Amino acid sequence: MKRLGPFVFERRLAPTRTAILGYSLLAILAALVVMSFIFWAYGVSPIKAYTVIGRTTLGSRFGLMEILRRTIPLLLCGVGLVIAFRAKFWNIGAEGQLLAGAVAATWVALFSGVSGPVKLPLMFVFGFAAGALWGIIPALLKVKLQVNDVISTLMMNYIMAYFVKWLIYGPWRGPTMRGFAYTDLFPRDAWLPLIRYSKVHWPTLLVGLVAAMLVALILSRTRLGYEIRVVGDSPDAAHYAGISFLGVSLWVMLLSGGLAGLAGVGEVAGIHHRLLEPDHVSLGYGYTAIIVAWLARGSPLAAIITSLLFGLIFAAGDEIKVTLQMPFQITGVFNGLILFFLIGVEVLLYWKVGLVRKGKGWVGKAGS
Amino acid sequence: MTVYLPVLLYYANIMAEKRTDAHPDSLASHQNVALLMRDITKVFPGVVANDKVTFELKVGEVHALLGENGAGKTTLMNILYGLYQADSGEIYLYGKRVRIRSPRDAIRHRIGMVHQHFKLVPRHTVAENVVLGLDGAPFLAPARAVEDEILQLGERYGLKVDPKAYIWQLSAGEQQRVEIIKALVRGADILILDEPTSVLTPQEVEELFKILARMREEGHSVIFITHKLDEVMEVSDRVTVMRRGKVVATLSTADVNKPTLAKMMVGREVVFRLKKVACERGQEALVVEDLWALSDRGLPALKGISFSVCRGEILGIAGVAGNGQKELVEVITGLRRATRGKVFVLGDEVTNENPRRIADKGVAHIPEERLKRGIVPEMSVAENLILKRHHRSPFCHGFFLNLRAVKRFAHHAIEEYAIMTPGPDTPAKLLSGGNIQRLILARELSGEPALVIAAHPTYGLDVGATEQIRQILLEQRRRGAAILLISEDLEELMSLADRIAVIFEGEIMGEVSPEAATLEEIGLMMAGEKRRVRR
Amino acid sequence: MGWESWIIDTLKRALAYGTPLLWGTLGEIYAERAGVVNLGVEGMMILGALSAFAVAQSTGNPWLGILAASVVGGFAALIHAFFSVTLRANQYVSGLALTIFGLGLSGLLGTSWVGISLKNPLPKATIPGLERIPILGEALFRDHSYLTYIGIVLAVVLWFVLYKTRWGIAIRSVGESPSTADAMGIDVFAVQYLCVIFGGILAGVAGGFLSVEYRPAWTEGMTAGMGWIVIALTIFAAWDPLQAVGGVVLFGALYHLAYRLQAWFPPEFLKLMPYAFAILVLAVAGLRKVKRGAPASLGVPYVRGQR
Repeated sequence: MKRLGPFVFERRLAPTRTAILGYSLLAILAALVVMSFIFWAYGVSPIKAYTVIGRTTLGSRFGLMEILRRTIPLLLCGVGLVIAFRAKFWNIGAEGQLLAGAVAATWVALFSGVSGPVKLPLMFVFGFAAGALWGIIPALLKVKLQVNDVISTLMMNYIMAYFVKWLIYGPWRGPTMRGFAYTDLFPRDAWLPLIRYSKVHWPTLLVGLVAAMLVALILSRTRLGYEIRVVGDSPDAAHYAGISFLGVSLWVMLLSGGLAGLAGVGEVAGIHHRLLEPDHVSLGYGYTAIIVAWLARGSPLAAIITSLLFGLIFAAGDEIKVTLQMPFQITGVFNGLILFFLIGVEVLLYWKVGLVRKGKGWVGKAGS
Repeated sequence: MTVYLPVLLYYANIMAEKRTDAHPDSLASHQNVALLMRDITKVFPGVVANDKVTFELKVGEVHALLGENGAGKTTLMNILYGLYQADSGEIYLYGKRVRIRSPRDAIRHRIGMVHQHFKLVPRHTVAENVVLGLDGAPFLAPARAVEDEILQLGERYGLKVDPKAYIWQLSAGEQQRVEIIKALVRGADILILDEPTSVLTPQEVEELFKILARMREEGHSVIFITHKLDEVMEVSDRVTVMRRGKVVATLSTADVNKPTLAKMMVGREVVFRLKKVACERGQEALVVEDLWALSDRGLPALKGISFSVCRGEILGIAGVAGNGQKELVEVITGLRRATRGKVFVLGDEVTNENPRRIADKGVAHIPEERLKRGIVPEMSVAENLILKRHHRSPFCHGFFLNLRAVKRFAHHAIEEYAIMTPGPDTPAKLLSGGNIQRLILARELSGEPALVIAAHPTYGLDVGATEQIRQILLEQRRRGAAILLISEDLEELMSLADRIAVIFEGEIMGEVSPEAATLEEIGLMMAGEKRRVRR
Repeated sequence: MGWESWIIDTLKRALAYGTPLLWGTLGEIYAERAGVVNLGVEGMMILGALSAFAVAQSTGNPWLGILAASVVGGFAALIHAFFSVTLRANQYVSGLALTIFGLGLSGLLGTSWVGISLKNPLPKATIPGLERIPILGEALFRDHSYLTYIGIVLAVVLWFVLYKTRWGIAIRSVGESPSTADAMGIDVFAVQYLCVIFGGILAGVAGGFLSVEYRPAWTEGMTAGMGWIVIALTIFAAWDPLQAVGGVVLFGALYHLAYRLQAWFPPEFLKLMPYAFAILVLAVAGLRKVKRGAPASLGVPYVRGQR
């Protein structure tokens, strides 16, 4: 128990669900408050900024569809990262795994010679496999050579980005694109269907939702999920129980990378219909998904909500760029702030706050 | 008003504290009292660790602080040393009220503490450890500056140690000497020793007691935390007994005897009702032949160990910590590679098999590091109960877990082993130490294992849990399990084991039967003297 | 081209490319020696780069730019110290947040500086006397940035401080066993704060070097993953400032040698080389079992009263 002026803090061992939810909202609110200072410093009235964002995203069908469209890759990558983080595997490489999926899908679409109704499913299968492969390499490096997972997954993002660049400037550059660094447009049978008057490629969204549910099932009800949780919570206990690190790490990164790969398929087959500059294929979805997963606190179903939230932030970023003429990087600032505040309130989760009261010790407050 | 009231009270509190500051208590003005801690209260979540504890230390005495694990001895001393702050209560040194907010304050007040788990940096040298945080040490080459002083103190108090040696190269006894030197270099008048004998051989304990006598002669006051009655009787002038956060009594050692102290400490008559029935020795369950292995640092930790354990018997392994016990357990259970030699379980070779295969053969492992290894803290009691068997029927069919079977087993185990938990879904980390150990036993023993490897199974537990766990081990022996019991507690080995093997620097020094052997004999082997080697 | 000029050229370029890596690595070594991993190096570097450029361009004095970069880097590190030391938050996540935040903020504030080339970049210097040493003199002591020389001297000084002084013992003890340091009256939090902030200052300078000397211009995201390479080099150097010099030169040389292959490989492959090297370097460190040398309490927040 600690005293700070009239307040009393008492440690608690396990935070309640309401406390988690309440404090997460508090973190988002705090980030919004700090953000308004940044708007203000930039010479934009924060009230105006938030009104514009509210009106253009949540206030119109178009805005809602934009949110959904951004949500799709965030959801797929985010669910994948939830698995990785549950095993304490620091996969910062969803961005690269997403691009790997996009590359594989492009190959199927343009160069495999397959056509007809099997083509799209095949693109998803190959995209998953490519993302999984790109994810498995760091897993092997970590278990076999103790290569730090943060560094290896991150470096592989850069490597994949340059690989994509090489493809679009070199061998895959589309002959019909008049010197632009694109591949040719995909043939129509490689286009994902969209919700009408929007860019929401609903099959990928469906895949994302199903993936979230499947992963929730895997984590709570299967042997693999059990082993993932043991490895993540106590590597020593996992070793003691004879759980294979290599096996668990490979599975985790296979799923995590594979899901990010699916996100890549969705982006090229649903929106761009060709492979292009890596930072146009993905606007940093793989990085933002880290926050999506962290905010979801290890729950794949919660990632559905949190990816919607960040979908909104992306859609807002677009609007801010167009309407308020501020750079898109504003989303990065906001994302960083949210992440800071999230880990900041984490500490509060383990303290009960109360007021000092005469003779009776203290009264519980704030989510006790 | 309701908001202001607490604020006012808070400041009123501060004012009140200031007033007592101005009027030192008459109690504390006694001439020969070095330290008085009065009405110390410290609350941790869920436990009152110290409840209005008053403790007095005279100049030039060795004062034993006696109590069970969890009685609040260490908490009290950590408050004195500034590691914790008391919620209320006062501390007087030589009659003057002091506030100790940090170890730095404590050191300035000439208080030194030797913690149970040494506060040493293993990868640094003795001199570097001694000079760490030392006021007045030179900025450049500080370690070299204290080397002479270390040697001098060594001469004066009989604390021999090489200042240039690395801590990880030293035995536990030598490390303890470094800790004492650290306190002396800082001019400590009051020295706190927290369970100092737990890592020593009986001979090293004798040496420590000699050092303490020397220190008493030089005018130091010593607080000696322990739960061993023999030590209290042998070394202390006075003794303060604590139980459940409260002081039971402070007495002159000359006026008391062991049974009285024991009763005060535990709060009831202590009768060790361990019923050890004679058992038929059965088939050899574990055979170890010429086993070699490396430590984490890559140095040889096991050097050709051989022994066997039969069903229905308990083989005790005695030895000072760090002589290869940990590595031995790990090699047998598949957690560490053997570089040479063989391990057989029930006649089948399992050398360097993976841990799961060995466990599946019917080997239970009660690990030394209960919290780190034995449980998965964030996972529920039920999930922890199936660890190691989560991949087998009835808990797992193919890919899916059978949650109903898990739950059923959990209810059964919680009842049978009397695990005190709000329910099977409670995270294991919320359980107390004794209940965590019950959980581990329930998990490991419920499969009726042929071989039980128990490493320090009662370490750090209170008397009740200790007794229960010893009973359970004897019950397993009666059932026909072979038990390998690793312990630093000689009393435990003497009362449970059928045979005791002593390990020193990775070798078995000899084997004795508890009925025939004396403590002294075992002590000499623990210090490296070879005896009665089998075969 | 003779082999001498080949060696000279390689070493020269390795040092130039390696200077920001060296500064960043030295800073990260100190933070990690005190037990705090800071994955925010990339963020601190990019903020340093922007502030150095902005100040150097406005004042016309590149040294003021470097000063500004160090201050900004130090403040950015302070944020990380607050979250990871005071709040005991997950150090990985806090560092990542700092990187995301830094990249975002520099992109937001840097728009008006894009496309300008610096009037007055940092001058180069030649060390008289030493430059006459055959081959090595020309490679190491002629026409390098002041920051290159200072960086190397700094490495030696930091090595000395770490191993031969009171401060060094305190810092290493905090990283190895904070509870021991605490019990001996060392203010663990203060040491960790100071080391993390010091690391941020050096990372800021590293970023400043890029924008007022190496490039000299401001482009968004110009650190391009160097901050992550710094973290890899910290491990490769086994947390030793002197080994860091070796690691940086080796890394710079590999990078430069890759450029020699320009005729045979497309430019994209050359650009991905540093990132592949970073992984390679860690794999080598894994084979050398360098991890055993990691500070024992690295990444573990210190809570008094817990072992």
